[in-house]
Amino acid sequence: MDDDIKIGVYVCHCGHNIADVIDVEDVAQRARKSGNVSVSRDYVYMCSSKGQNLIKQDIMQLGINRVVVAACSPRLYEQTFQNVLRESGLNPYLLQIANVREQCAWVHEAGLQATEKANRLVHGAIRRVSHHSPVEEQSVPVFPATLVIGGGIAGIQAALEIANSRHVVYLVEREPSIGGHMAQFDKTFPTLDCSACILTPKMNEVSRNPYIRLMTYSEVTDVSGYVGNFAVKVKRKARYIDEDKCVGCGICQEKCPWSTASEFDAGLGMRKAVYTPFPQAIPNIPVIDRERCVYFLKGKCRACEKVCEAQAINFEQEDMYIDLQVGSIIVATGFDVFDPTPIVQYGYGRLPNVFTSLEFERLCSPSGPTGGQLKLVSGRTPESVAIIHCVGSRDKNYNAYCSRVCCMHSLKYSHLFKEKTGGEVYQLYIDMRCAGKAYEEFYERVQGEHVHFIRGKLASIAAGVTDAEEDNLILTCEDTLLGNLINISVDMVVLCVALEPRHDTEQLSHILRLGRSHDGFFLERHPKLDPVATMSEGIFVVGCCQGPKDIPDTVAQASAASARALAMISKGKMEMGAITASVDEVVCSGCKVCNALCPYSAIFFDEISNVSRVNQVLCKGCNVCGAACPSGAISTRNFSTIQILAEIEGVLA
Amino acid sequence: MAKLKLALYWAASCGGCEIAQLMIGDKILKLIEAADIVFWPVAIDAKYDDVEAMPAKSIDVCLFNGAIRNSEQEHMAKMLREKSKILIAYGACACRGGIPGLGNLHDRQSIFNTVYRDTVSTEKNGNIFPQTLFRVSEGDLTLPVFYDTVSTLNQVVDVEYYIPGCPPEEKTTWLALEALLEGKLPPKGTVISHNVKAVCDECSRKRDIKKIKKIYRNFEIIPDAETCLLELGLLCTGVATRGGCGALCPQVNMPCTGCYGPVEGVIDQGAHFLSAIASVIDSKDEEEIRTIINDVLDPVGTCYRYSLPDSLVRRASLK
Repeated sequence: MDDDIKIGVYVCHCGHNIADVIDVEDVAQRARKSGNVSVSRDYVYMCSSKGQNLIKQDIMQLGINRVVVAACSPRLYEQTFQNVLRESGLNPYLLQIANVREQCAWVHEAGLQATEKANRLVHGAIRRVSHHSPVEEQSVPVFPATLVIGGGIAGIQAALEIANSRHVVYLVEREPSIGGHMAQFDKTFPTLDCSACILTPKMNEVSRNPYIRLMTYSEVTDVSGYVGNFAVKVKRKARYIDEDKCVGCGICQEKCPWSTASEFDAGLGMRKAVYTPFPQAIPNIPVIDRERCVYFLKGKCRACEKVCEAQAINFEQEDMYIDLQVGSIIVATGFDVFDPTPIVQYGYGRLPNVFTSLEFERLCSPSGPTGGQLKLVSGRTPESVAIIHCVGSRDKNYNAYCSRVCCMHSLKYSHLFKEKTGGEVYQLYIDMRCAGKAYEEFYERVQGEHVHFIRGKLASIAAGVTDAEEDNLILTCEDTLLGNLINISVDMVVLCVALEPRHDTEQLSHILRLGRSHDGFFLERHPKLDPVATMSEGIFVVGCCQGPKDIPDTVAQASAASARALAMISKGKMEMGAITASVDEVVCSGCKVCNALCPYSAIFFDEISNVSRVNQVLCKGCNVCGAACPSGAISTRNFSTIQILAEIEGVLA
Repeated sequence: MAKLKLALYWAASCGGCEIAQLMIGDKILKLIEAADIVFWPVAIDAKYDDVEAMPAKSIDVCLFNGAIRNSEQEHMAKMLREKSKILIAYGACACRGGIPGLGNLHDRQSIFNTVYRDTVSTEKNGNIFPQTLFRVSEGDLTLPVFYDTVSTLNQVVDVEYYIPGCPPEEKTTWLALEALLEGKLPPKGTVISHNVKAVCDECSRKRDIKKIKKIYRNFEIIPDAETCLLELGLLCTGVATRGGCGALCPQVNMPCTGCYGPVEGVIDQGAHFLSAIASVIDSKDEEEIRTIINDVLDPVGTCYRYSLPDSLVRRASLK
């Protein structure tokens, strides 16, 4: 072994965590006897500044040039100790951590055997670190523009935060207007603010802000490149209306003779074939729905063209593709609502007056199909309502997770129903989950409004037969507090349906190379400590596309992600992990075994040289390719075969 | 210039390496012109005593084929090492253990049981096994000690160069001999072959992304002439095997079996192949994966056909 190698070994007590189980002094003493170890010490907290200074001093004064720290998992303090090396003028990768806490002290009882295992782990690290060589860290420049996908409250918030610091944002929204689900809501819990009243000003801000390039009726179709420099392709669907000419007068919508169910009104109201989804739409420029427009279907009509004084109608428009360059991407694509039709016993779609929560929002909304009047299908005002929790949520048949917002909006519905009709309200809940600022207080308030809370899951809904002009609904459910099966007769039922991943999440996950969690939502990098970042560097997920959440949490995440994007822009460059894989082109036979394996799509095949290559910026150093390479041509820095074998030999010696 | 003194020897091998040495054809005349063959039991009458009598390092080059699995082979390996300036492991058995190396899945007694007692063609007359010593009135008869473990040549003695193959291709043999004759010696430890890359580099079949849904045995499908055999589900070890052979087998629809050993720099050829196959099994369902890999009837024989003694584990554990 190289005579110039001088290893320092530092054994941490971690207070009592390690020292109570392992004889740390013995570990330090035994380490001293290994070849190339010049110094070994034990200390109560190696991660403390005093502990760090011990290492620094030895590097400076004794010329230590390799460091082994026997402490907790490298996931916790590897970076700290790497910094110690860096600050002492040593390459930070000349460090090896022996995890004697999680992999030893915490999983064994105190005694000789635990100490023996710690000794072996340290010995493995000593043998390994001798084979470490300096690794150069790399960085890439960050292009100072950001793409935000989705123009709901999450995307709006993120776009505004970034634009307000005078950096360009491309906000891409698939629908003709921004606003998302929040624009469909009537009131927001727990304060009962009018949703449109607090959202519309933000939407207007988006349209006014010169740093926001708003692209509605558009979709991201392709993303390539990597953090700091993504190349994005956006499909701008033809509106058949010239955005520069249209003044938003609305005459086309007024005169269009063709109507269809309004998506914005959850199918309860009608819209025209040329339409803006709702009066406050941003931009206030309609689109012609080519699936519904009779001119496109039958070749005759063009009524809108005749009435448009601005001459903005253009039936010749075609879809356009636009290329963007951005440094980071914020994904805010929101959620779909669960379709309760498969739960046949609830009668949705079969029984009149069984509504979903989103439909109920539209019925309550002053801009909705009934002008905010709660009405049954017959037109009569309902005298009673049952609000059913957890429809498609907390249900193994559909979605195991809790949709988080339903308890609270159910309470809101109770209040609104009482306010609008004075009728009876039954809440069928499993558990009331009112965690949030002022949420419990809202629950108490609604309890005081004479609402019947019944703890139990709804079994079925049947049409009752009465003399009235329409049937009432008979609910069968178990009241688990009484232990009885009960029947309730109501005029109206609201199914509080689950929030689900967008139906095309899979497709977008491929475009963006994003992982998804078990429930189908996009996967964050760390559930607690890195909730908006993803495993794809430079791509963030916010709002309900990451999992069901309420508006405050969504807005907080959007702000968090924009702060991350702005931090990258202000820094101007991104440090990349130095631990990446590379291909030895002398040995690579171009067999392509590795080509489909990379979870980050970092591997590409060079047809000219007939070898595979690893994009150093995309690579995360997971070494999936290295393990697969049958030629041993791929190796990941600091995880070479020699290093790993040396460690194994050290442990077994 | 004095003629080169050349020795050729065989240990645990099939004899194919000798044939391969003759395959250099009329080039043998060139060889004879430049070299005197001082020891070659398969072709020239010489006794061990003759070798014993040679001074140390008096042989310039010894081509040693076959693995080491008994005391006689070990003795000869050590003797030839002492007498030779350059010792070359010739062929897969000497280099990596070869086919006899698969004996490391068993031990002496279980091999003896099979060979001398259990096979159908063996006369059932009790437990008669070879003995190392048998005394008769005329004197003592001895046989070499049969080892539990097959070794590669370099696990027994120091080796200068390696010529891979089962057997080595004629062009590979000549590449080595030419270098020796011209005195252009590569660095010690070199595996002499025309290619450091895997067989795929020389294979004319079209390579694409590999995803294996079903593994076939050779007789089960007839491959087309274009597609990579591994992509078809045949366990072609070409991806994990050093080239230099010219990818002869895959071009006649036979999957590579790995005789040229691992690619330059690889420790444990079989593990690399196994890991590659594990990586390209096209399923995420545990049950389906099990079904797919259950079609590999002989995993060790497939992955380590020529290299078990050279692997990290070397052998099955001895009881």
